[in-house]
Amino acid sequence: MTPLPRHHSIFFLIMRRLRAPLILLISIIAISVLGLTLAPGVDDQGNAHRLSFFHALYFMSYTATTIGFGEIPFEFSDQQRLWVLVCIYMSVVGWAYTIATVFALLADRNLRHAIDTQRFLRAVKRLGEPFYLLCGYGETGRLICSALDRLGYRAVVVELDESKAGEIELHSYRADVPALCADASNPEMLKFAGLTHPSCIGVIALTNDDSANLAIAIGARLLAPRIPALCRAESPETAANMASFGTRHIINPFEKFAEYLALALHSPAAWHLLTWLTGLPGTTIERERDPPRGEWILCGHGRFGRMMVQAMDREAVPVTIIDRMPPEQADHRWVQGDGTGAAALEQAGVRRAAGIVAATSNDVDNLSIAVTARELNADLFVIVRQNHYANHALFDAFKADLSVVPSEIIAHECLAVLTTPLLVPFLNEMKGRDDTWCNALLERLTGRFGWEVPAVWSARIDATRAPALTAELQRGRSIALGALLQAPHNRDETLPCEALYLRRKDDSHVVMPEASTTVRVGDELLLVGRPRAHRELEFTLSNEHALTYVLTGRDQPGGWVWEKLARGVRAS
Amino acid sequence: MNLEKVIFGFFIVLAATLNFGFFVGDIDVAEHHDIYELFAAIVVSLIATVLKFGDRTQIGAVHLSTSLVADLQLITAALAWGYAAHVSAAGLTPEMTARVVSLSGGALFANVVSVIILIAETIMQRR
Repeated sequence: MTPLPRHHSIFFLIMRRLRAPLILLISIIAISVLGLTLAPGVDDQGNAHRLSFFHALYFMSYTATTIGFGEIPFEFSDQQRLWVLVCIYMSVVGWAYTIATVFALLADRNLRHAIDTQRFLRAVKRLGEPFYLLCGYGETGRLICSALDRLGYRAVVVELDESKAGEIELHSYRADVPALCADASNPEMLKFAGLTHPSCIGVIALTNDDSANLAIAIGARLLAPRIPALCRAESPETAANMASFGTRHIINPFEKFAEYLALALHSPAAWHLLTWLTGLPGTTIERERDPPRGEWILCGHGRFGRMMVQAMDREAVPVTIIDRMPPEQADHRWVQGDGTGAAALEQAGVRRAAGIVAATSNDVDNLSIAVTARELNADLFVIVRQNHYANHALFDAFKADLSVVPSEIIAHECLAVLTTPLLVPFLNEMKGRDDTWCNALLERLTGRFGWEVPAVWSARIDATRAPALTAELQRGRSIALGALLQAPHNRDETLPCEALYLRRKDDSHVVMPEASTTVRVGDELLLVGRPRAHRELEFTLSNEHALTYVLTGRDQPGGWVWEKLARGVRAS
Repeated sequence: MNLEKVIFGFFIVLAATLNFGFFVGDIDVAEHHDIYELFAAIVVSLIATVLKFGDRTQIGAVHLSTSLVADLQLITAALAWGYAAHVSAAGLTPEMTARVVSLSGGALFANVVSVIILIAETIMQRR
C-alpha cells in the first residue's frame, strides 16, 4: 500500500470518517439544550423559572456522559423531567453510535496499515545516523539484523510477510528497527524505506526470490548509485544479470561455500584465518580438522553439488557422484542411487573414501546419508548441507565436520563486505599466499587474541575520522604506525590489535604493514584485535591530547591558561 | 444538482446569517441581541465545521480554518456571556454585552470569508 501524501494527515482521515456521528452528536446536544431552556419549571419560591443556556449545557454535559449530579439549580418540574427523559435516551444512542464508529475505524486493516506506514516514514526520515536498508527478513535477514545491531549500526527492514515483519518488534534489539510490510521489489517502497536518504550506507537484498533481489539491485543502482548494494542470487542467470549493470557484491551461498572448500583443500590455514576473521561477532570458532585430500563422494548433483564438483576438480581431488540421474558430462564416476542406503555408498567406495558431501535439497536425506556413511567409515570427513534453519537441533546433534548453512554463509559475507570493506582485498591477497605464510599468521594472531571472533575494523586517516592525527601529519611530522598502536592511558602498553592491510590514497597497498611504516593522510587501515583496542585507537586518533601523549609521552595541559603557563615554564 | 453541495452551502450560509442576526443592533444593549440566536449560530457553525472535514483540496483547508476561527470566536462569546450572566456579581452589564457582541462580530467576519470562498469556488467550476 502506498503511504498517504504528506498533506493527508491521518487525523483528518479519521475526522472525515467520523463526520456523521459527530454531526449527530452535536445535533442531539443542541436539541436537548434548547429543549431544556424552553421547558417550564419553578424555583424554590414557586415562581415560574426556566433554565438558562449555561445551566442547561451544564446539566446536559453531565447527564449525557452518565456522570449525573442531580437537578440544578432548582428541583425540576414534571415537564422538565419529561424532556430530560427524552434527552437521556437520545444522547445514549448518539454516544453508542459514535463510539461504535470509532472502534470500527480503529479495527480497519487499511487504516491500521496507513497509520503504520506513516509511522515508518516518519521514523526513517528522522534517522540521523548511518543505516543499512535490509530487504527480506528471513533467516539470513535476522542474523544480519542482530549482527548489525550488535556492531552498533542501525537498520531499516522491508519485508513482504506481515508475520515476519511483526517479529521485529518482539525481537529485543538495542536500537529501534523501523520495519515496513511491503514488496521490496517496488522501487517506490525502496524510496520510502530510505534508499535515497542521505544517511543510507548500504542496501542488502536477501529475499528468497531471485527476481525480487534483481529488482532491488536495479533500483539501488539507478536511484542511489553511490551506495553499495549486496544481493543474494541463487541462479547463475540472475547473478550474471546483476553483474551486467554493476552490482558490486553478488552473493551466491553455494558458490561461496564451494570457494571455501576449495580454499580449505588447498590451504587449510588460509581457510581457518578466513573463518576466524569473518565469523559472527560474539562467537568462538572451533578449530575443526582440515578437510583431507583423497577420494571424495558427493550425494546429490544439484545446484550445490555441481559447484562442489567444480571446486574439487580445480583442486584435482577425485570425486564420485551418487545421484538418481547421470550427470550431463560423464567425466566423473557415477553411481545410481540416492546415498541414503548403504548399497549405493558401498558401490561408490565409501570405505576407502576420505570425505563425503551430503548435498541434496532434503535435510532428512542429508542426515540419513551422513549417518549411514559414518557408520560404514568412522574416519570420514562429513560435509552436510542444511537447508532449513529449523532443523538446527538435528544437525547440532549429529556433529558433522562441516555444515553448509546458506543463511549463515550469506550473513558472514555481508557483514565482512559492509562493515570492513578492506577485508575483501586482504582475503584475496591471503588466498594468493602459500600455506606456511598463512599458518604463521594464523598462529600469531590466534596466539595473541584467542579463537574468539575478533573485532575487525577499518580506520581511515582523514579530517573527519581522525582529526587529531590528520592535523599532526599536516604539520609535517612523520609518524610510524607502531607509535600509534600504544594505549592512550599508558604508552608503555601496546594496544591488543594488529594492522593487517594498509591502502594508500594512490591505490598502492601494504600487506601486514611493519611497525616502522609511516602513515599518511588518506590512508586506510584494516585492523584486527580486541574491541577495547578499537575504542582506544579511535580515541587516540581523534583526541589531540591523547595523541600527543601517545607520540611523545608528554601530558599536555588542557585549556588556554594552562598552555600559556606551560609554555612559559618550558621557555625558562 | 448535488444534494451534498446543497447541504454544504446551506450550513455555511446559515452560519453566516445567524451570526449576522445576533450581531446587528446596538452593541451594548442586551435586548437587541437574542441569546437563542447565539446558541443557534454556535450549533450551525459547529456542524459546518464537521462538514468541512471531508474536503482534501487547498480550498477545503482554508474553508476549514475559517470555520475553526468562527467556532473559536463564538464559543468565547458564549463563555463571556455565561460568565456575565451567572458568575460575575454585576450581571449582564453594557460592557459585557459589548464584549460578547464584538466577539461574535469577529466570528461574523470569518463566516463572511467562508461565504466568499464558497462563491469563488462555485464560480471557478463554471458548470
